[in-house]
Amino acid sequence: MNAHKPFPLNAWYAAAWCREIERKLSARTICGKNVVLYRQTDGAVAALEDACWHRLLPLSLGHLKGDDVMCGYHGLVFNSAGRCSYMPAQKTINPSACVRAYPVTERHRLVWLWPGDPALADPAKIPDFHWNDGTQWVGDGGTFYQLKCDYRLVIDNLMDLTHETYVHAGSIGDEAITAAPFDVTHTRETATMTRWMIDIEPPPFWARQLGRQGRVDRWQIVTFQAPSVVAGDVGVALTNTGAPQGDRAHGVNGAFLAAITPETETTCHYFWNFVRNYNRHDGQLTRELQLAHVNKGAGVYDQDHRILEAQQVAIDKNPRSPFYDLNIDAGALWARRLIERMTADERVGAIANVAAE
Amino acid sequence: MAKPIDWISARLCATHELTPDVRLFEIEPDQPFVPATPGSHIDILVHIDGRSQPRSYSMIGHCADGLYRIAVKRVAFSRGGSAWMWRLTPGERLTISKPSNSFELSHGRPEYLLLAGGIGITPIHAIALALKQAGANFRLLYAARTRGGLALADELAGQIGERLSLFVSEKGQRVDIAAEIARLDPRGELYVCGPFGMLDAAKHLWREAGRPAAHLRYETFGNAGNLANAPFKIRIPRLGLEIDVPANRSILEALEDAGVEMIFGCRRGECGLCVLPILETPPRIDHRDVFFSSEERATNSRLCTCVSRAAGDHLTIDTPDRKPTHLHHPGIPAL
Repeated sequence: MNAHKPFPLNAWYAAAWCREIERKLSARTICGKNVVLYRQTDGAVAALEDACWHRLLPLSLGHLKGDDVMCGYHGLVFNSAGRCSYMPAQKTINPSACVRAYPVTERHRLVWLWPGDPALADPAKIPDFHWNDGTQWVGDGGTFYQLKCDYRLVIDNLMDLTHETYVHAGSIGDEAITAAPFDVTHTRETATMTRWMIDIEPPPFWARQLGRQGRVDRWQIVTFQAPSVVAGDVGVALTNTGAPQGDRAHGVNGAFLAAITPETETTCHYFWNFVRNYNRHDGQLTRELQLAHVNKGAGVYDQDHRILEAQQVAIDKNPRSPFYDLNIDAGALWARRLIERMTADERVGAIANVAAE
Repeated sequence: MAKPIDWISARLCATHELTPDVRLFEIEPDQPFVPATPGSHIDILVHIDGRSQPRSYSMIGHCADGLYRIAVKRVAFSRGGSAWMWRLTPGERLTISKPSNSFELSHGRPEYLLLAGGIGITPIHAIALALKQAGANFRLLYAARTRGGLALADELAGQIGERLSLFVSEKGQRVDIAAEIARLDPRGELYVCGPFGMLDAAKHLWREAGRPAAHLRYETFGNAGNLANAPFKIRIPRLGLEIDVPANRSILEALEDAGVEMIFGCRRGECGLCVLPILETPPRIDHRDVFFSSEERATNSRLCTCVSRAAGDHLTIDTPDRKPTHLHHPGIPAL
């Protein structure tokens, strides 16, 4: 049962980058469910429970046979809907033999998987992640698979950028962040933290991106979409050119993107990207921006990675309930509130898949 | 390898007659209600001749109000579960399992054909409502001997309207299964629950139509065959045993009662673990399993002891019991 899990199951979660799912078997754990993903001959992605019906060997240790998966132990074959289509040494197939098939959809260059009740899996509910499409905005991201922390710690991290001042000093960190006021709003499905820093010296990263001298207005408009997607509209524009009023023509605009998928209750997969809508054809810049975020421990996300895993270790050792909160945590607390509402609604009303539990 | 059942206590809240022979049972579990997916069933411990035995009953509808609903047909020649259920009165205590599902619905198929016969409507009812909710393209063909025997038909007609077609066999109405399969989208699925003859016909016609076996979905509890349940005798020359199989016991149960050690899995005719060789064939064998192919069944060389029966006097079978062998090979000292 899902009674105490910190994540809803009836939601779309990023499971892989589209490019990662090929004509081979890829194993993932998503929300505690072991899943095997593969691409069918017509190009569609399939996702099955990664345990053979017969003796539970992970199907990902078997191999693809056309659009079906053959178990690597006794040769049982399952089609992309999870139905057994072959059993060894008998002329019939047990009618109850099947593995669970998970709804999957490709959108915004990611494969999204619905670990909950398949009857509720409506592709219209896939989070808005269009900045990642590679069209209007460009950038090459990546994934921290099996990051050793509760996925909500990553959301906390992104919904309060005060930490940039201390974790990312020298790149995007700046005292101005802690000095500027911020505003938090929410809807039933989103929480948004907005912070404008007016007439400041740009921090080193943004000074390079802007490529022009002068003081700037800097913005961070970070939107959480429940249960696990964060998109941050960030940038700088020369001060007094109207950016707070909506004219960003004298600035540069980027977006940090995060789809954070619970792997277990204390680990997650962090799909990230940093995209921009300026110098879009500059491949060198794309590479530099990627390295600025993840670069063998030196990127800003590498810095977060260390903090987040150390924080989880500390939480495991000090199970006090759970933290103290400051006013800077308002965005994170609204995000958590929306997640809690989803999990509570699920406990009351949803139809769990009893066969799979 | 069947999953062991976690038994929980429950209370029979109410019963309602759906037809003169089909009764609806509303059961409230003592433990928190576990919602069920369409096609799920619960097991109930019934008491027959002083023994507790599990019987599986498909759940009806969403049961979203915290009650499990099942429907049980009164069968004259049953194994005893039906008669026991029909003697229950509201307020009585029951031992039940949580829902489990061996008849699961695949979502996202382009078309579905649902075929129900008689009391086989119970899981199909829940599947039909789920498909309607999902906005899926489906039809339900529901057959019974009499119009009055079409339990839940009026309610279903109200819910799914023209997607439902009713067939009353005493009026000469028959489902043309072959034609219906031919109409179905090539990637469509067929879900069948009904009498053994209906299932057998559907399986045969599905295969003849060249459809993938994995797209034919059915569920069997191994409780019905072509012949009525009648007592018969089994002989096991190897063990020097002659055992009576009463009308309400299976061969497997009769063997176990007599102390013959058996292995088994599903006990509903699917897995083939309790299969034994037939040495002498009685006039008719009522194969009720879904393990053997029809060609294998026709040879009458083996049978699934958990569900299949004999009609006629004696059935002579063998068991895997062997005398202990000693390692008297030359050069190897006896143990």
